[in-house]
Amino acid sequence: MDALQPIRTWNHEALRRQARLERSMPFSRGKAVATRDMVSLLEALLEPGDRVCLEGNNQKQADFLAESLAACSPQRVHDLHLVQSVLALPAHIELFEKGIARRLDFSFAGPQAHRLARLVQSRSIEIGAIHTYLELFGRYFIDLTPQVCMVAAQAADAGGNLYLGANTEDTPVIVEATAFKSGIVIAQVNEQLERLPRVDIPASWVDFFVVAPTPNHIEPLFTRDPRHITEIQVLMAMMAIKGIYAEYGVERLNHGIGFDTAAIELLLPTYGESLGLKGKIARYWALNPHPTLIPAIEAGFVERVHSFGSEVGMEAYVAARPDVFFTGADGSLRSNRAFCQTAGLYACDLFIGSTLQIDLEGNSSTATLGRITGFGGAPNMGSDARGRRHASAAWLKAGQEKNGGQTSVRGQKLVVQTVETWREPGHPAFVERLDAWQLKQDMGMALPPIMIYGDDVSHIVTEEGIANLLLCRSPEEREQAIRGVAGYTPVGMARDRALVENLRDRGIIRRPVDMGIDVRDATRDLLAARSIKDLVRASGGLYQPPKQFRNW
Amino acid sequence: METLHLDLPAIQDASLNPRAALYGVVSSGNLEVLVERGHDATRCVFEVQTAAHGFVEVWKAVLTDFAARHPVGGLSFAIHDAGATPAVVSLRLDQAFQSLRGA
Repeated sequence: MDALQPIRTWNHEALRRQARLERSMPFSRGKAVATRDMVSLLEALLEPGDRVCLEGNNQKQADFLAESLAACSPQRVHDLHLVQSVLALPAHIELFEKGIARRLDFSFAGPQAHRLARLVQSRSIEIGAIHTYLELFGRYFIDLTPQVCMVAAQAADAGGNLYLGANTEDTPVIVEATAFKSGIVIAQVNEQLERLPRVDIPASWVDFFVVAPTPNHIEPLFTRDPRHITEIQVLMAMMAIKGIYAEYGVERLNHGIGFDTAAIELLLPTYGESLGLKGKIARYWALNPHPTLIPAIEAGFVERVHSFGSEVGMEAYVAARPDVFFTGADGSLRSNRAFCQTAGLYACDLFIGSTLQIDLEGNSSTATLGRITGFGGAPNMGSDARGRRHASAAWLKAGQEKNGGQTSVRGQKLVVQTVETWREPGHPAFVERLDAWQLKQDMGMALPPIMIYGDDVSHIVTEEGIANLLLCRSPEEREQAIRGVAGYTPVGMARDRALVENLRDRGIIRRPVDMGIDVRDATRDLLAARSIKDLVRASGGLYQPPKQFRNW
Repeated sequence: METLHLDLPAIQDASLNPRAALYGVVSSGNLEVLVERGHDATRCVFEVQTAAHGFVEVWKAVLTDFAARHPVGGLSFAIHDAGATPAVVSLRLDQAFQSLRGA
């Protein structure tokens, strides 16, 4: 008389998925959903406490689906756990204000940073953690798998195949995690086509699609108008190229966003060429299609670029340069944030970016009081990948410098911070204590939101010179090396002048003159393009800037 | 708007034309520098009009370093900063001095 073992079922998730689909049936025809039915469909299929991913990054946004979710009844849909790259739209904030969502795991909150901080202080939101993109994508496959995802695509066909267009971005990783764990995949598309230019997501992974009333929003975040680049930025770009790119032979790299790095891009075909560096530096890039990279591409500096996303206005130029960019059979750009972040972490020898604050240990942060900005991708680019095993000249040289001239068992990534010492009067870039510590306290965070850890930073470039932190042999030397390039900020003026001169003698601090750079040469004449119009001209008319950048 | 007067010891560059009254004007969107003949060959005089409040100590440090870096004795600098950062100020002053030497 054996006692009957209770039969364990192994397909709870599939059954739950089936129930969601059945509840949704009145609101769709096949996979197609009418815009007016989207709120009803979401109310029918969502369950309280669901993990939901609303696609959006700093570029494209599933804005119609976000607004539809925010229009749901909080009686029907509540206590959702959002697991998504960014909190960028007003609708994202509304979800928490209305109680539709309660918990958040995310990466970046640029435009909503202030409102997010207020939600935390009023206890209207629980933040699980602030991640880098790769961390969050990793957790999609471990403990934060979405039960429902809402993504943005360029087009669908009648069967539900999706074409993602140039802004592929995060869509593949989100859909992969959701579709293969019995989740529901909903896509908003800009148009329905008979035949797609290419299939990026197969219909069998997609449950519903809706043609949104307006095309999804895309922000031209990576466009920098060269007319705003200053002579100081030109000077710092000269130092970066001559003092770092050339010395280490940096061939594979990633640039952060900003005018400092735009200046470097625009100096490659002029200053870089004059130093004979073409073919020796900056050949392979993990980078969005920055318009300011056009002159370097046209000059033959750049051999290959893989991109996280696209950039508004660069579509025709990219399509006309398939040897440089990754493109599909239809000719348009294929971007992919997860793969490009992996490339930036493991396959690049240098990251260079700007920041708002650097402390005496070299930690840097873009967090300021009352704003939770998050991280995005910079901490992965701007960190030494300790799992890396393949060698390159730049990686080995940096590793030797860090190891006192000896070859170690590992090399070292070059992680460079480039900042003017005073961003503006009243705002020094160098500080004794980062605002991030105060923010940690105010927001009850486990850690201060530090963008780049000081022990990952190899060099700091300012108008005063370059500090090579790899060569520092003690915390005191490191502190004086940082003070020694901190200019007339309080941190810089509190330097030990004798120690700083000693560091200069040893090449740990180098001034422009030590690198053979005459500051009088630092003029805007060195920029390969001095306006957006120059960039259009350099592209042979292929670059079509968005109208806010057309000033002629 | 704050005004700062500074009178610093400096070495003179004898090759500069001692009779010239106005040595030059350097200006851009964020800084104007007017260089004139001063009264004392062993001093350099600065008059700064600054848009930034509480920036006097920084200005003093920038100008003291500048006067130690170049033979600017016998010159008078009138500076109008439109919120320029110290980096811009230093670069412009260096350029102003080099251009009048090269003239």
